Amino acid sequence: MPARKEKIVLPLIAVLLGFLLGSLIVILTGRSPVSMYAAIIKGFSGIDIINGQPINTRYIGEFIIQAMPIILTGLSFAFASRTGLFSIGAEGQLMMGSISATAVAILVQAPKVIHLPMVLLAAILGGALWGAIPGFLKARYNVHEVVVTIMMNYIALHFNNYMILNIFGSVDKVKTVPFPDSALLKSPFLESITRNSRLNWGFIPVLLAVLIFSFIINKTTFGFSLRAVGHNKEAARYAGMKVNRNIIASMAIAGAFAGLAGGIITVGTFNFGRVIQAAEGYGFDGIAVALVGGNEALGILLAGLLFGGLKAAQPLMQSQGIPREIAGIIQASIVLFVAMKFGIKMVLDKFERKQVPTTEGERV
Amino acid sequence: MTFEVFLQMFPIALMFSAPIILTALGGLFSERSGIVNIALEGIMMVGAFTGATITVLLENSTPAAAWIGLLGGLLSGVAFSLLHAVASINLKADQVISGTALNILAGGLTVYLCQIIFHQQRTRAFSYGIKKLSVPGLSKIPVLGRMFFDQVYPTFYIAIAIVLLTWFVVYKTPLGLRMRACGEHPQAAASMGINVAKMRYFGVLISGALGGLGGAVMVLTADIQYTLVSIHGTGFISLASLVFGRWNPFGVLGAGFFFGFSTALSFYAKDIPLLSGLPGEFFYILPYLLTIIALLFFAGKSVGPKAAGQIYESGER
Amino acid sequence: MPNIVEMLHITKDFPGIRANDDITLQVEERSIHALLGENGAGKSTLMSILFGLYQPDAGTIRIRGKEVKVSDPNVATALGIGMVHQHFKLVHNFTVTENIILGMEPRKGILVDMHKAEQKVEEISKLYGLAVDPKAKIDEISVSMQQRVEILKMLYRDAEILIFDEPTAVLTPQEIRELMQIMRRLVEEGKTILLITHKLREIKEVADVCSILRRGKLVGTVPVADTDEERMAEMMVGRQVSFHVQKTRAKPGDVLLRVEGLNVKNQKGVLGVRNLSLSVRAGEILGLCGIDGNGQTELVHAITGLTKVESGHIFLRDIDITHLSINERSDLGLGHIPEDRQKHGLILDFTLGENFVIHNYYKEPFAHWGILNKKAILDNAQRLIREFDVRSGQGPLTPARAMSGGNQQKAIVAREIDRSPDVFIVVQPTRGLDVGAIEYIHKRIIGERDKNKAILLVSLELDEIMDLSDRIAVIYNGEIVGIVDAATTNENELGLMMSGALHKAHEATQTGREPAHV
Repeated sequence: MPARKEKIVLPLIAVLLGFLLGSLIVILTGRSPVSMYAAIIKGFSGIDIINGQPINTRYIGEFIIQAMPIILTGLSFAFASRTGLFSIGAEGQLMMGSISATAVAILVQAPKVIHLPMVLLAAILGGALWGAIPGFLKARYNVHEVVVTIMMNYIALHFNNYMILNIFGSVDKVKTVPFPDSALLKSPFLESITRNSRLNWGFIPVLLAVLIFSFIINKTTFGFSLRAVGHNKEAARYAGMKVNRNIIASMAIAGAFAGLAGGIITVGTFNFGRVIQAAEGYGFDGIAVALVGGNEALGILLAGLLFGGLKAAQPLMQSQGIPREIAGIIQASIVLFVAMKFGIKMVLDKFERKQVPTTEGERV
Repeated sequence: MTFEVFLQMFPIALMFSAPIILTALGGLFSERSGIVNIALEGIMMVGAFTGATITVLLENSTPAAAWIGLLGGLLSGVAFSLLHAVASINLKADQVISGTALNILAGGLTVYLCQIIFHQQRTRAFSYGIKKLSVPGLSKIPVLGRMFFDQVYPTFYIAIAIVLLTWFVVYKTPLGLRMRACGEHPQAAASMGINVAKMRYFGVLISGALGGLGGAVMVLTADIQYTLVSIHGTGFISLASLVFGRWNPFGVLGAGFFFGFSTALSFYAKDIPLLSGLPGEFFYILPYLLTIIALLFFAGKSVGPKAAGQIYESGER
Repeated sequence: MPNIVEMLHITKDFPGIRANDDITLQVEERSIHALLGENGAGKSTLMSILFGLYQPDAGTIRIRGKEVKVSDPNVATALGIGMVHQHFKLVHNFTVTENIILGMEPRKGILVDMHKAEQKVEEISKLYGLAVDPKAKIDEISVSMQQRVEILKMLYRDAEILIFDEPTAVLTPQEIRELMQIMRRLVEEGKTILLITHKLREIKEVADVCSILRRGKLVGTVPVADTDEERMAEMMVGRQVSFHVQKTRAKPGDVLLRVEGLNVKNQKGVLGVRNLSLSVRAGEILGLCGIDGNGQTELVHAITGLTKVESGHIFLRDIDITHLSINERSDLGLGHIPEDRQKHGLILDFTLGENFVIHNYYKEPFAHWGILNKKAILDNAQRLIREFDVRSGQGPLTPARAMSGGNQQKAIVAREIDRSPDVFIVVQPTRGLDVGAIEYIHKRIIGERDKNKAILLVSLELDEIMDLSDRIAVIYNGEIVGIVDAATTNENELGLMMSGALHKAHEATQTGREPAHV
């Protein structure tokens, strides 16, 4: 099968297998997969196939809310991945973006046209910095980024809570004071057309981010050298490319995407800073999105919407008696199946070869 | 730090060390045979969940409930690691992605089952985990008695025993020699007639057993129930201990204790004048920060098994 | 003598290619039977089947007249078959003994009896004259000792049929002679040897019979004594082969590359290049020969800018480039064809077109203000493909990974020559290529020389060095131990210098400096 077709077919097979496995687990634990799928459909669109209710734009708004941050964390993982780095740090970078956004939201006073961009910029920079650190450690000391980024996630978590509780004045040990309107992405207009969902202007930065991702990777010389370093560090070095600088830059940009996600959550979905009990899983969601999306911009957008819908459906599933964690199980299974792509490919190739006889001849 | 505080803290440090050491030893078997096992975190979660669940469900029927829980944790770890083995060895998956997927899966699966069994997102709390004991005679030795033998969890002794066993198997038996060959140069091992896949299965399943045991130990000595955050990164800290300990059982023992000690510090900080002024979050962060620093110092110098992480194709020459 | 090994009508397919096509091989006991063929002809595959690493898709194997199924190396070992691999299969941080006993360890209870193992190793090593240090670690011993460990692995398992896969690639001429003696000794002791090689001279020296393979088929089996090298080469390639490239005498001009007193550290942190000086003039090819691991890699890395120097200077024309970056050096006219085309020369996951521009993708016309000009890249690729006859499945869009080794190398050669550097560092340019590609690349290298470029040719193939070079420098232990005129030296002399046994006075350089060694 040609490589291009493979890029679409293999993730689709993985998604199918993941849902299959999830359905199996649901059945084995005595619940109905039909309720699960009904909840998923409702989560995407508001259409209730059981009770016969039509499209409800509120659900559409909410599912887009869920999709936005994981599209960004997906871009984060994918960007690092395209340049040869396995970064699991999106969660922590998101939190640093979040706390940076909180800081600027509370501490700065300015009209919206200045304040809001500053907030988002702070989020981007916060994430970028948090990403640059493991990038630096990898470039300079060759410390593998997997464990470092995971550790940084936990550090960011506690740092965030410390700041919220002690510096930014938590009201009730759970959240800060509400942000001024000038810092928010909220939009009464969007809320009105989606029946009071939390849909906000955040989708604009998200779409921009998708475009910027594609542009950098595919069209710029910078992207060219990043990809070269990602594929073959030694050859890139031999060709004169600055490997260390690229690694740091790449991790910083990946961090920037994740930081932006933190900003969008903090001043879009919510309007206050929050104490976080535990990692909320945006980072891992992003990994699933990136892998299913084939590390490409359009794929990530679509996969992000898919998994966003799945997340939005969780409370609906719970109310049907299906534990909400099934969504996480399905997602993890999909990632696992994507990881096995060589294995799946082997099986597919066996099917294909049964139809085409082996030909003698020249090795290409 | 006063000496008294140190003596009080020591057994707690041992308690925190045991799961790290056990899990890291599991990682040792896996990596020495050539498979990188990032899924240790997930395996610990599965082991902890199983250990807690069995203990809660059995504790009214038998005083040995917690020990059965440990066994259950071990076995569930083996079962869960089978997924990683099949994915990495038979289906040639990228080992880091597969491991990450399993970590996510573990979180979802364990809480899902909590909901099914206990109708909440955690297990029910058990009344007794593993009980502390005092070794008769030895516990009376001044200083050392209070550190090692008086009111300590027996799980630490289990960890020590496994350290010795690991050293013995890996370095002194034919099995260990062959396993190490698979991790360094699988093609060489194959050409000598060794079944590399079988060896690697062995390595991964042992890591499942020890990781599952480690998770169960953790929840049954340091906690009262299993929740999504019970393990909070300890699996990765174990991985770092492996690097820090240079893939050597005694090194792992030292590294594991180092991390256990740093975790214990957070509980006693208020009693140590130098540290009492620092915020609680600092101590939560400490083990993770130390992990990064440990990796920093030892990543360049210590080199793991040469072929660990690489997909092994039996046709390669 | 009876046939000890018979491989009858063996066929083996891999995806897209028939590696062995109905091959019948019969080997007499106590003989040295050579298997000759180009890279990819199928000889290694055939022997791997004999050793149980692969299963044939058709055909049978008979050992000592009995039909057998060699399903894995364990079965092969039990049948008395052993294999010394081309790329040694030794665990680098195990000892010699551990490597030999792996899989068949002497036991004391459940422990490994290391003492007994070391004893046995010493016994066998004395019996066959294969000197090794049982306690040494593999990454501490020499390559020829490592090879002896490989041989001992077989003898420890009482192998009677010994397969040698390209054993001489890593040896000096003297060591090769030693190996031949070992082989004759083994045959005297009753063994049978199968020798896979593409080196005609060695076949003439030591083999009794030679089977020639081409493109997966058996071309013929000939008695070595009655067949000359030209005939064997013709059977191997399918046409008449010229062994020597045509070239006119060199007319060397100014010194374009000068290295003075260079000291470079190697990967282990010790000096890999010591106080080394040499110079290369316009219009000449200076061949650098030596055993792998004597400093060539470090020297090349230092000249090209991949590694920092400890002390010393490198001059390109009159410019001191010692501390310049890789890009700066290549902008000044330094080109190189790297040693390992897949590791350093190409990015296999990039397309052919992208690979052509990996040096200058950020410059006009390929990029403007940081944005790539895809059309310019495409046009450039098509031009180079045409000029240099680089073959690929989809032209500029072919992923480099899908191209054959020969065409990958042609692509690299095309890219580097196109940039027209004044000084060319060419390392192992024809490694793993077949005769046709080798001829082409040799011609182009001579062509560049004739355009008055200065070429430093680094190669492990003595034939290639002797064929192409005008002058030859020998490197041993990080130092130049001799520089000789290619026309007047011979393999023996070079071999002695390569193993450090001979230091040769060389003519003073044009700048009138005294030679480093006398």
